[in-house]
Amino acid sequence: MSEQTLQLPKHQPVWNHQRTAWSILIFAISIALFKGVLPAGFVRLPDGLVIPFADGINAAFAFLRDDLGLIHVTRAFADMVEWLLNVTGNLLYGKNRWPRIGPIPWTVIASIGFVVGYALQGWRLSLLTGGTFVWIAVMGQWKWAMETLSVIVVAAPFSILFGLVMGVLAWKSRRVEAVMNPVLNIAQSLPHFAYMIPVVVFIGVGPKAGAIVTIIFSVPPMIRMSLLGLRKVPEEVIESGHMCGATRWQLLRHVRIPTARTEILVGVNQVIMQCLAMVVLASFIGMPGLGQKLLQLLQSLKIGRSAEIGITIVLLAVVLDRCTKAWATKQPAHFEKGTPYVVRNKFLLIGVVSAVLFLALAQVFPILDQIGRRQAFTISKPIDAIADWIIVLIDPITQWLRWFLITWVLIPIRDGVLWLPYISVLALLAALGWAIGGLRSAAICLAFFGLIALSGWWDRAMITVYTVMVSVVIAACIGFPLGIWGSFTPRRSSAALLICDTLQTFPSFIYLIPVVMLFGVNDVAVVGAVVLFAAVPLVRYTIEGLRQVPETLIEAADMSGATQMQTLWHVRLPMALPTIMVGVNQSTMFSLFMVIIAAFIGTQDLGQEMQRALSSTDVGKGLVLGLAVAFMGLMVDHLTTTWAHRKKQALGLI
Amino acid sequence: MSASSPVISCRNVWKLFGANSKSYLKTLSGNPSFEEIRAAGHIAAVRDVSLDIAQGEMLVIMGLSGSGKSTFVRCLSRLIDITGGEVRVEGQNIGQMSEKELINLRRNKMGMVFQSFGLLPHRTVLDNIAFPLEMRGQDKHACRARALEVIELVGLSGREDYFPRELSGGQQQRVGIARSLAIEPDIWFLDEPFSALDPLIRREMQDEFLRLQAILGKTIVFITHDFDEALRLADRIAIMKDGVVEQCDTPAQIVLNPATEYVAKFTAEIEKSRVVQAQVLAKPITEASAEGRPIDGSQTIHSLARMLVNDTRDFLPVAAQGGVVSGILNRQDALDVLLGADT
Repeated sequence: MSEQTLQLPKHQPVWNHQRTAWSILIFAISIALFKGVLPAGFVRLPDGLVIPFADGINAAFAFLRDDLGLIHVTRAFADMVEWLLNVTGNLLYGKNRWPRIGPIPWTVIASIGFVVGYALQGWRLSLLTGGTFVWIAVMGQWKWAMETLSVIVVAAPFSILFGLVMGVLAWKSRRVEAVMNPVLNIAQSLPHFAYMIPVVVFIGVGPKAGAIVTIIFSVPPMIRMSLLGLRKVPEEVIESGHMCGATRWQLLRHVRIPTARTEILVGVNQVIMQCLAMVVLASFIGMPGLGQKLLQLLQSLKIGRSAEIGITIVLLAVVLDRCTKAWATKQPAHFEKGTPYVVRNKFLLIGVVSAVLFLALAQVFPILDQIGRRQAFTISKPIDAIADWIIVLIDPITQWLRWFLITWVLIPIRDGVLWLPYISVLALLAALGWAIGGLRSAAICLAFFGLIALSGWWDRAMITVYTVMVSVVIAACIGFPLGIWGSFTPRRSSAALLICDTLQTFPSFIYLIPVVMLFGVNDVAVVGAVVLFAAVPLVRYTIEGLRQVPETLIEAADMSGATQMQTLWHVRLPMALPTIMVGVNQSTMFSLFMVIIAAFIGTQDLGQEMQRALSSTDVGKGLVLGLAVAFMGLMVDHLTTTWAHRKKQALGLI
Repeated sequence: MSASSPVISCRNVWKLFGANSKSYLKTLSGNPSFEEIRAAGHIAAVRDVSLDIAQGEMLVIMGLSGSGKSTFVRCLSRLIDITGGEVRVEGQNIGQMSEKELINLRRNKMGMVFQSFGLLPHRTVLDNIAFPLEMRGQDKHACRARALEVIELVGLSGREDYFPRELSGGQQQRVGIARSLAIEPDIWFLDEPFSALDPLIRREMQDEFLRLQAILGKTIVFITHDFDEALRLADRIAIMKDGVVEQCDTPAQIVLNPATEYVAKFTAEIEKSRVVQAQVLAKPITEASAEGRPIDGSQTIHSLARMLVNDTRDFLPVAAQGGVVSGILNRQDALDVLLGADT
């Protein structure tokens, strides 16, 4: 963008924007005020106007499935996946299928964990990785954890391969990329459940459906990262490949992909984390493993036992994340000349030797082979005791909080949102869009929410909107101060960032455990879980934004005699605002995902309907609901990124 | 192909960046300026360049950043397709080569060294250098043996197993040079090979480069933005500005007779006596006569300074290689060059 287009809109057009935005806002308010005298069609979309998207989608799916015979293709693919799942199932937890040699003794897997951790980063990762497997075995959760891992082991390679191939295709052809980009945008804002319904229709329920939904769900980040990596390969490296006489294939295989290694491995990391998140949730479609156990225990309010499973899931998440990140950042290093084979391949040898050793020992001592339910430890009793003690101790506070939130915050806001005529809401959003990004943004807001209105799920959607709104506001009230506090010293901020990073690796399901423990099963628990989940990105990006402010600006403020508070208000925060908006954006996305997941502890919003669609395998309804959620997310995404972009331009940051 | 015909020959080479630049180029007539072309929405990187590069010659292309020199060298190796004109390498028009022929040409005839090295980060020094050989499909053992030979040549012995990021900038460029030499190319392109290096290392690498060229005797196209470097290395220098070659001549001629004002600006600060050799100033024997001991024609005036000042003869005989007198030097001319006298 040239200087002129940058400078000019500052005065006149912005003023015009504001004026248009204000007049739309006044229109919205007057519609709301005169609600009583307006025809019913202004308050809620008349039934006749609702477009039966769901029927259309169902018809399309029926056509794909039965008339085009896509079901045979998917079944064939599912059979292949099932065969692989049987193999990994046999190896990891002794499923009675070919090759019938499993299960591998837990000590063998744990010892390999120790060696892999050490090879990737050193002692700490070694203890974390190996220790996690020891914990799982000792706590008697081996079978469930292996059921979960056996799916990841099958799903992740498929996702990585698909993602890489699609990434290469998108990189090769601008046209493919142009089609793929919006699809990926929508795919990444669809809630988890929206993926499950079509899979149930095509594949059915059970482990193979769980594996396939995991594959589909975790592909998008891999596509994004491979594309990014391939684009980032320096031009000179490619030219050097050309000059070495590489053919196109050789160039891709030997030059581009290896040079994009780091980005591709970051993609692998994201795929594995997404796999874990999905595999836990896939318990809703009959996937056995840790997720299913957690779901059962949580529904029967067994806090201690569910906390144990929660710890296992968290440990697995952290281990998988740290190991793949260590792999991504690990740079090759040379060995001195004449280093013997044994030293060059010491990790491989140690791994093999210890595996063989424990395999032999396990034949002699059964405890090293498998730990039965009876021999396992449990810490559920003390956890229960502590939880009970805490609950009793803070009961007055939680009771009061619950009462306060429900009567003074949640119910009034919910009633208010539901009371608003849909025309008002649409006009409000248009005004907001106009104020932020002019006609284009207003049109985008109107289109997204207009479609939600046309789908006929307005009231449900408004309940979702209200939950997300309340949660994000509460999360902001907690997250901003925490973030500001965390940004004051470098040590504090690096510690806080580490905690936030770790918290972000947890599958969303985990956040339900503490809130169910504290608040029981109700609206407050839902809001609580969403707040917890949504506060993390806010803290994180607040810290990052504040830390990124150039040192010279702060020095300039200091030399102007600003106090720490003045520097914060007038220098740091304004400069950090665009980054903080990224946090708000992510926070809203996370809230939307969490609200939908929290449906199973009792909500009346889109999530609950989605659960119903899942149990009745209604693809049309499920996808319409999922898209409604995605549209909300995409609208917020559009508004925050547009706003942050303009702000950055105004600050001269881009 | 006769021995005297040029290795690389460019005729009216144009490179425009922009949409539909080929059809735009056809509408051009005369010699439009850089600004006129830009006003039409195109960037002229190379404008109407015609050059011949002879067997074993080192042509240095000199210009400031944005002058089109890097684009031009990429036109010669067809890393970039040219918009107009033709480039012939050993008589073959490379613009009309199929992908396969082009790959064959690069696998057997051309080597290129890049400013930021362009090394593959996941391969060791040895594997980087063996890469072009591997691309040709040579067997592993032969690749390794040849790579070790070139490693020895560029003085990197003992570092075969290092990865690029474990090496200093100078060492990385040695790897780049070794890789470009692995296939024993006839034509060697170097795109600002030493610009990313510290001044001391740069000097060392230039010496190294001259040593290699003395052994190998390749046809070289060398790109630089450093005029001193150009003077140091070149048989001929082509000075580029806004995509046009302003002058292409020997260093001495460029210093003595700059063709344009732009070239003159470059040469203004240069001490001419360090560039000009006695034989350049020498007149044919027929015009005057001289006696006494002849001077070595390949010496620069600067290195003959003491003798020129002390000698009393007005005309000095100049000997070419082998001691045969080939010309007569007017002592006054030489002193003018030495003292920078304005005439």
